[in-house]
Amino acid sequence: MMGGVHGVLQGLDAKPQYRGVTSARLLSELRPHGRGLVGAAVLILLVAVCQALGPWLVSRAIDVNVAHHDGRGLVVTLVFLAAVYGIGATAQRKQIFMIGSIGQRVLAELRQRLFSRFQSLPIAYFDKRPVGDLMGRVSNDVDALNQLLAHGLTQSIGAVFGLLGILVAMVVLNPLLALVCLTTLPLMGLTIWVLARWAREAYREARQTTGAVMAGLQEEIGGVREAQAFNRAGESEVRFRERNRANRDANIRTAVATSVFTPAVDVMSALTVVAVLGVGAWLVLKGSLTLGLLAAFMLYIGQFFWPIQVVAQVSAQLQAALAGAERIYAILDEEPEAETGGLSQTRANGRLEYRDVAFAYVPDRPVLSGVSFVAEPGQTIAIVGPTGAGKTSIANLLPRFYDVSAGAILVDGVDVRDLPRSALRAQIAVVSQEPFLFSGTVAENLAYGRPDATLDEVVAMAKAVGAHDFIEALPQGYDTPLGEGAGRLGHGQRQLLAIARAMLADRPILLMDEATSHVDAATEAALQRALATALEGRTAIVIAHRLSTIQHADLILVVADGRIVERGTHDALRLAGGRYADLYRHHAVALGGEAIPS
Amino acid sequence: MQAVKNRSGAPPAGPGIKVLGRPLGYLRAHLPLVVGALGSVLVALLANLSGPLLIRYAIDDGIGKHDARALSFALACLLVLAVLRGVFGFLHVYLGERVSHQVAYQLRDELFAKLQRLSFSYFDRNETGQLLTRLTNDVDQLRAFLGSGLIQIVQSLIMFVVSIVVIMALDWRLALVSLAALAPIVWVLGRFSRMIGPMFGRIQHHVGQMNTLMRESLGGMRIVRTFGRQAHESRRYETVNAKLLDESIGASRAGSNTFPIIMLFANLGTLSIVGLGGWEVMNSHLTIGTLLAFTNYLGFLIQPIMTLGFSAMILSRASVSAGRIAELFDAPLDVTNRPGATELPPISGNVSFEQVTFRYPGGEQPVLTDVSFAIEAGETVAVVGITGSGKSTLAHLLPRFYDVTSGHVRVDGQDVRDVTLASLRAQIAIVLQEPLLFAGTIADNVAYGRPSASREEIELAARAARADDFIRALPDGYDTVIGERGVGLSGGQRQRIAIARALLVDPRLIILDDSTSAVDTETEAAIQASLDRLMRDHRRTCLVIAHRFSTVREADRILVLHQGRLVAQGTHDELMIDSPVYQDIVGTQLTRTTAVAGLPGGEA
Repeated sequence: MMGGVHGVLQGLDAKPQYRGVTSARLLSELRPHGRGLVGAAVLILLVAVCQALGPWLVSRAIDVNVAHHDGRGLVVTLVFLAAVYGIGATAQRKQIFMIGSIGQRVLAELRQRLFSRFQSLPIAYFDKRPVGDLMGRVSNDVDALNQLLAHGLTQSIGAVFGLLGILVAMVVLNPLLALVCLTTLPLMGLTIWVLARWAREAYREARQTTGAVMAGLQEEIGGVREAQAFNRAGESEVRFRERNRANRDANIRTAVATSVFTPAVDVMSALTVVAVLGVGAWLVLKGSLTLGLLAAFMLYIGQFFWPIQVVAQVSAQLQAALAGAERIYAILDEEPEAETGGLSQTRANGRLEYRDVAFAYVPDRPVLSGVSFVAEPGQTIAIVGPTGAGKTSIANLLPRFYDVSAGAILVDGVDVRDLPRSALRAQIAVVSQEPFLFSGTVAENLAYGRPDATLDEVVAMAKAVGAHDFIEALPQGYDTPLGEGAGRLGHGQRQLLAIARAMLADRPILLMDEATSHVDAATEAALQRALATALEGRTAIVIAHRLSTIQHADLILVVADGRIVERGTHDALRLAGGRYADLYRHHAVALGGEAIPS
Repeated sequence: MQAVKNRSGAPPAGPGIKVLGRPLGYLRAHLPLVVGALGSVLVALLANLSGPLLIRYAIDDGIGKHDARALSFALACLLVLAVLRGVFGFLHVYLGERVSHQVAYQLRDELFAKLQRLSFSYFDRNETGQLLTRLTNDVDQLRAFLGSGLIQIVQSLIMFVVSIVVIMALDWRLALVSLAALAPIVWVLGRFSRMIGPMFGRIQHHVGQMNTLMRESLGGMRIVRTFGRQAHESRRYETVNAKLLDESIGASRAGSNTFPIIMLFANLGTLSIVGLGGWEVMNSHLTIGTLLAFTNYLGFLIQPIMTLGFSAMILSRASVSAGRIAELFDAPLDVTNRPGATELPPISGNVSFEQVTFRYPGGEQPVLTDVSFAIEAGETVAVVGITGSGKSTLAHLLPRFYDVTSGHVRVDGQDVRDVTLASLRAQIAIVLQEPLLFAGTIADNVAYGRPSASREEIELAARAARADDFIRALPDGYDTVIGERGVGLSGGQRQRIAIARALLVDPRLIILDDSTSAVDTETEAAIQASLDRLMRDHRRTCLVIAHRFSTVREADRILVLHQGRLVAQGTHDELMIDSPVYQDIVGTQLTRTTAVAGLPGGEA
């Protein structure tokens, strides 16, 4: 595809390519609701018949009963009429509800499938698609479908069948007058088509400028502090005003097209009235039509144009919904992480081996090459190196967030690609640098990796990592709800919770990315103690930023440009006088030349 | 894209219709257009309403009396009316839309300008997303109300009243009967519009929850997968999904209980008119044409009732939006030019704080208490303290991102509140903690504070900030586009660009707010060295907030903040002897935990 801003803009206007296929798939979603749909179809027919019968009965009342001064007959006709109205309303009520709830069920189903699919797509899928973008698009697409299913569908089905009923009745009553009515239909179609074509360019421009306003706002509001700090508020205003104005002008241009539509249909309907009245009058004067029938026709015309307007509106909704459905299906059609290997495993001993591992996110741009090391059960491997050296990539390969491009990673001698992902991941606990906490209580978060843990176990673990005190100090203790991002907790506290969570999950292998940020003294000490506890009896790969972790590691890997450039223990490397010794010396300077505990 | 920000559950109680007064005031500026739109509504309506009368005339006097002239007259009139309806129908919609877009433009423009003038404390309290919603969704809601909603309401009211008058004139007994038949419709619609508001609120609430769950499960994807909790996440989603389904089906039921019933009553209205009218026709009190006209007017009565029912919903949504917009408009500008503020002449860079106390608006605890110190021009002063001790706040008082609660902040002896904001900020450059880069080229970003800078000057600043090397390594060098859809930069790289941006302004006074936290120590030392040279050579005053002691050590003087108070100041060596707080902070880094800033890392 094209990529970049142009791709997005073109994509906005691109017509769905597989509209037929998408419609068919969307329709197939309705299959489980077949019985309900048949019921609804019967009801729809009933409604249409009632809608058609009404005006006919009215005309009968006027022509036959009133014209012949037949009071009893009038009463009988009116009773029939009341019955028809009553049945029609009841059937319509049931039908709207049935169609509406089937639509909602289909939608809920799709949402659920979409969510589950997201849970199983390969991590690489999300590399190119920022979560925010993806969610914005998905929620728009689901919304478009909802518009169609919740409102458009019921309205248009009723409208179409109502229109059919009226057409049949008109033809039966007087074919000639019916024909007069029908001649306006192609005209109407033509008008709508011409308008839609005419408006397309204007709408496209409106969408683009609206996008520009949104993007501008997002950036300027986010950067308002910079604008103030650098005295640029005035320029920001000018820049925004330009986009705002372009958007206004484009919108006003679309207003011409939107404003023509309703009056055009209106004029058309008025013209039809005139035509029917003229022809009808001629027929009445000729004696081949009764006044009552003419009156009935006038009633029909009143109901004739409303459905057409509805259908025109719904067809726009349909376009949007199909485009949305197409994108939703594209996501559902993405291959989930392939389930490989049938080997399942009980608790691993935790022997890890990276054997000549190479990896590239994008072909031809290797991130890792020739990475080999072994961690015996219970050992701690510390990885150090500058930003972008490939430390995180080494860690990401173990739980198979990505697969190696060459070489192999073995757990207890078994290639990780021969293990089912779920079985492999059940051996690993992860503590990331930006600890991610979920909405839910503190206790729920701690038990995330072992949902059956009792509160006692949760509390015991929190105590073990030194998180108990600050948790108790929270407004509702362990039941304190944590929001998205858990803004109320400090960074160090969040990391403590993440360590406790990983330990409660009790996995034989620990992957940890230490936090770089500085936290206050008490939390810092707690973190160190927690880490020491967590490492005990586990095989661990730690992307290390803290000296104490590094000092106690069984093996330090110094990574640069995707390769392991030095390896050894702290003491050995320090004395070797290589890159690690440099880093270490620098660190000593950074600390102010004070004595470094060794 | 109506992602709902309101998570509290129930939809916010409407602030009442009164708040709509202000947006209505915007219409005044477009009075000719508004009058034109309303005039068109009236003409179109009259054309519309006289249709049935003409049809009656055609049937009764034309066809009934075999009067071809009357018939053709009526038909000709109907044609003319059709054209009038079309033209004025178009005009009123178009003019309404046009005015509404004008007002939306103006509202956005003014809101944006207001945002640019609010102090930092406003942005501390309000999330970007929320503010964005106000300028987009809320303005759109108001626009919909002003553009079509208002005209529809006016139109419906007129149509309703005129229709009643006409049918009363035609036959008052029949009119009363039809009004009686319509009364239940008002009740049914009223019930519906009362019910559907909260219902939509709940639906939006669930949609918001589901968005949150989706964001979480995707944001925490790696955690979800290693802990094998995909099924759990799906279940959480399913629970809310089921609630949403229930609520949506409820809405569908509410609709199915309303509209067919309305149609039923409308039909019963027709029925009673045919019955009663038929009887009257039999007794020759009424003509068939009048009877037909009557049934037509019945339609004219129902339509405005339905529209008004829906308008209640539009109205309540618009007033919620108007309330939120009003909040932004009414937010006090706590940092503004004082009347009679003078231009700050070119400064030499002396800074003094005199008994400065600062409390955030609405905050209880002061963030800074009785802070006094002075910085000589050309001095480099570091501020240290643990998280939350008030370091950033102190720095932000200088360029007046906030104003002091009491005391004075002076630059070259002038209280910063006595000079104009523009002249003050033009002489101070600050590198913020989390610097924001704008979509655009790197060169544009470096030149943000001085757009007129030449490429040489830009590169010079970048070199001083140790950003030149990595910038040159990027695909298009200084012309590489960064930001939303451009190249991503690491935290350290962003910080270096932000430093270059500040250096390019070449201010007398520069503030670095923990602005090298994501830069590795080697690079930091290099930046520090070039900064030191710049500061000394050009006698620039520099205020540095930092965590790393490599940064702090080199300062001429160090200020130690603790719980908002200045507890000590002096050189590193002095403080190591005098200040227990300082020793404690330094001790944390040196002995206890040894945070290895020196081992470069931090995949920012």
